[in-house]
Amino acid sequence: MKTWTKAAFLVAAVALGACTDADRFGGGSGGFGADGTGGVAGSSADPTSIAYFQEAVGDRVLFAVDQSTLSEQGRLTVLSQANWLLENTDYVAVVEGHADEQGTREYNLALGARRASAVKELLVSQGVASNRVRTVSYGKERPIEVCSQESCYAQNRRAVTVLTANVSG
Amino acid sequence: MSRLFATVMIGVMALTPWAHKAEAQSTPLRIEITDGVIEPLPYAVPDFVAETQGSNQVSRDISQVIAADLNGTGLFRQIPANAHISSITNFDSPVQYADWKAINAQALISGGVSVSGNQLEVRFRVYDVFAGTELGSGLRFKGTLDGWRRMAHKVADEVYARITGEGGYFDSRVVFVSETGPKSDRKKRLAVMDYDGANLQFLTDSRAIVLAPRFSPKGDRVLYTSYETGFPQVYVLDVGSVQRRVLSNESGTMSFAPRFSPDGSSVVMSVTEGGNTDLYKMNIASGQRQRLTSTPSIETAPSYSPDGSKIVFESDRSGTQQLYIMNANGGEATRISFGKGRYGTPVWSPRGDLIAFTKQNKGRFHIGVMRTDGSEERLLTASFLDEGPTWSPNGRVIMFTRETKGSGGVSALYSVDVSGRNLKPVSVTGGGSDPSWSPLQ
Repeated sequence: MKTWTKAAFLVAAVALGACTDADRFGGGSGGFGADGTGGVAGSSADPTSIAYFQEAVGDRVLFAVDQSTLSEQGRLTVLSQANWLLENTDYVAVVEGHADEQGTREYNLALGARRASAVKELLVSQGVASNRVRTVSYGKERPIEVCSQESCYAQNRRAVTVLTANVSG
Repeated sequence: MSRLFATVMIGVMALTPWAHKAEAQSTPLRIEITDGVIEPLPYAVPDFVAETQGSNQVSRDISQVIAADLNGTGLFRQIPANAHISSITNFDSPVQYADWKAINAQALISGGVSVSGNQLEVRFRVYDVFAGTELGSGLRFKGTLDGWRRMAHKVADEVYARITGEGGYFDSRVVFVSETGPKSDRKKRLAVMDYDGANLQFLTDSRAIVLAPRFSPKGDRVLYTSYETGFPQVYVLDVGSVQRRVLSNESGTMSFAPRFSPDGSSVVMSVTEGGNTDLYKMNIASGQRQRLTSTPSIETAPSYSPDGSKIVFESDRSGTQQLYIMNANGGEATRISFGKGRYGTPVWSPRGDLIAFTKQNKGRFHIGVMRTDGSEERLLTASFLDEGPTWSPNGRVIMFTRETKGSGGVSALYSVDVSGRNLKPVSVTGGGSDPSWSPLQ
């Protein structure tokens, strides 16, 4: 679990950023941030909270260069996400697919969509209702690391499962 | 007859067709635009004669814009005013050819400017100094004073056309994505400007990510992708009124990479459904959609041939991004890129002869061109990240996005000749990406 500690901190930081600029992603309609939570994260001590999902379950999977196939570790993370979503039915998810900057803009949008879709397909295959999971791709538009080296690119080639409370119940 | 001017009115909004356009003459003064390195043609453009009170400043400004246009092509070399022997104080007086020959000015551009109220009139002539004759006949432009830059661009376009035999490209605009802020929190807005960076105007705010605007064939509308709803969708925007509407907004799908058909009536674009990206054509008026590709691979970045009969696009159906051409209604596609590396963002030249593209190879990005059958591939640039070429209206210059490396990386617009010469940044306030060049206005 050690590798997820850093990720959890990152998510917390970005989520705070999103709070100060609610309109960053336009319209404010869904409040879907690139890495935001779209709602109050709650305490990670509460296993039904978004914070717990991000930190303990793991909200993201990483991909190899130009690939959208889940790694074994990625598969296990998504299976955990599926279990959590099956238990916590009050949440809906948007899976956000991303690419690193080493690609053309349009292709990266399509590649990010493939990555998000790979996560959604596994979630749905585990019994998560498909209408609870939407996908979106940001291509290379929302990097979380900006160093132009493989260490950063690896963090950017990701699919992040972002939860919101399902207000319509 | 030589004193008789053809007159062209330039309205602020009116896109007036050329009236009585002078026939290109066959004379010794000629730049052949070829692929080889050429010696820029020396020319002189003395400040246009201010023919009315209060037209001094605008006369100088017009002369400077004409010179900047011509110098910027890399095909012309301006002989500075302090080297001139003769000055032109009366536009209608005979030209002292010997004085211009003596400083080796092969071409001479003279002009007169008069202002009356907010009306501006510009007359000009081009001379072939060594032949001792006028090149083409004099032209007169009339319009409003605030349109002075366009008039200067039109003069420069006419000079360029008479000397190169090619159409010009100076009286044109570029729509692009203006970028501010650090790489980790980039703000993007649609913006439009003259091709030389003047008259910058924003078309959207920065609340939603906007990508890859594309001019309509008449330059009156722009297609682009926006995350306004939280999901990327294609919008069409009227440049004059800045009114926009979503073109394709089906729940659960993304749409992006739009381009107009040459007749402006429909759009070809990528639609992603269930993680798979294919090409669709949509009629703008009716919203009727036609699927053009149906494969499990990524098909994106479509661009029409100028006659509208074919579409070039990129696909990874072979395993990596490559370029393909198919008929405009879909069907079998022919691969045209076979070099090493990955090829994307193909754009058909307005002349129909070449396809510009982005190439990735060994960690470097290039802008390149190839013939439509894939032959004669030529890389024009190389950098950490070059992408997204767009053609000048005459098919001689390519503008593109160059992004620099690292956490301080910034995005900027660059241009390069189709020959690979004259690489330079486009003057834009702030960062920019995804340029799309308009037709001549």
